Amino acid sequence: MVEFSLWDILRNLLMAARWTVSLSLIAFIGGGLVGLLLLVLRLSRVRGTGRLIGAYVQVFQGTPLLMQLFLAYFGIALFGIKTSPWTAAAVALTLYTSAYLTEIWRGCVASIPKGQWEAAQSLALNFGEQLRHVVLPQALRIAVPPTVGFLVQVIKGTALASVIGFVELTKAGSMISNATYQPFLVYACVALLYFVLCFPVSLVAQSLERKLHGNRS
Amino acid sequence: MATAVDTTPAPAHDGIVVGAPPIVDITALRKSYGSNEVLKGIDLKVQKGEVVAIIGKSGSGKSTLLRCVNGLEVFQEGALSVNGKKLMHDSPTAMRELRQQVGMIFQGFNLFPHLSVGRNIMLAPTLVKSRDAATAAAQARKLLDRVGLAEKFDAMPDQLSGGQQQRVAIARALAMEPQVLLCDEITSALDPELVGEVLRVVESLALEGMTLMMVTHEMAFARKVSDRVIFMHQGRVHETGTPAELFGHPRTPELRQFLSSLHD
Repeated sequence: MVEFSLWDILRNLLMAARWTVSLSLIAFIGGGLVGLLLLVLRLSRVRGTGRLIGAYVQVFQGTPLLMQLFLAYFGIALFGIKTSPWTAAAVALTLYTSAYLTEIWRGCVASIPKGQWEAAQSLALNFGEQLRHVVLPQALRIAVPPTVGFLVQVIKGTALASVIGFVELTKAGSMISNATYQPFLVYACVALLYFVLCFPVSLVAQSLERKLHGNRS
Repeated sequence: MATAVDTTPAPAHDGIVVGAPPIVDITALRKSYGSNEVLKGIDLKVQKGEVVAIIGKSGSGKSTLLRCVNGLEVFQEGALSVNGKKLMHDSPTAMRELRQQVGMIFQGFNLFPHLSVGRNIMLAPTLVKSRDAATAAAQARKLLDRVGLAEKFDAMPDQLSGGQQQRVAIARALAMEPQVLLCDEITSALDPELVGEVLRVVESLALEGMTLMMVTHEMAFARKVSDRVIFMHQGRVHETGTPAELFGHPRTPELRQFLSSLHD
């Protein structure tokens, strides 16, 4: 029987963690962009968009991420497009992230007093300028903690992509534990690696929050 | 009931051009929230340089009327134009044109809390009038000096008193060089000792010939500064005239009751 050292386990897990990081980054960036687009559409009050986006948000908030991954994996294939677990996971997590972020940000924008919009309007700023120079900078300050809190959820959520056969940290962990018969040790390492990924994100959020509030006085 | 509508210009005095086309022209304006009609046919013409005070009970529609002038409220019937520019809610370009003619000062100041005082004033001229930063900054300093806050250019709004914030808001509105300034109960949120400093600024604007439409509860101020007073009641212009006429010889029982209620 082959012996696995702790270093062997860690090394293999670290290799797989790269995919967890990539998937998270894609979900952050893609989800952030789609979420921002949906937010702007919703705020522009184009007829019908509000309800449509509301429904989109409800669908992603009201179903488990696991089902969304399954549906993306098997659903895209139904249209005759060959999907890899990688594409399916990236698509599902991006949409999932966008739905949550757009809703979180909508709440932040809604908390900006109406008078700020009115002042910007009466100064003849157009909609884009009102948003970019008056409302979003103020909303951003409020948005940092809930956004980062959610991004940490996304990092951990990538673990679910293992069920459609995508080899990221969790999937690699179960494969290694099958080979080594040391599940506790392996999963402890997996958990540790997730912590190492998530903790710095929270730290960055804290310093960002301090910096944004520091601007004030 | 006395005539509800008076379209004759106020008596001529310095700065008011009689006979010229009105700078604000409101015709048969109606506005409702759902089935509740709050403005029931308003006709009002304001001449360049005229100072108009709008008084009335809360709920009489006076703030709503003011907010219609720069399109913050959408009205269903009638027409409104400022300096010959028609108000068209559906056209962003027309609204941008019109709003450059009209400045507004709010009860709650509404300064942008994330920007310094100077940047608050510079924002709209740089974006809308494409001024470069240096020109806009020089203008902002000049305006701050005019409202007596020259040293506050780099301060943040939350470091200022209410009266100072409102004076910055006036400077911010003036930076767009509007033809008309709308003042919506601009001293109502201020501590009594801060009211004077804001009113003095408004009075100086009136003396310089700025066209002003102000909704106010400061009757003494309205009496002193305005050329014409409009009393609104239940969504209509109920009585209108010079301050001396309106405050000295109210013709309708509603106005008499309103004025006497202020002394209680």
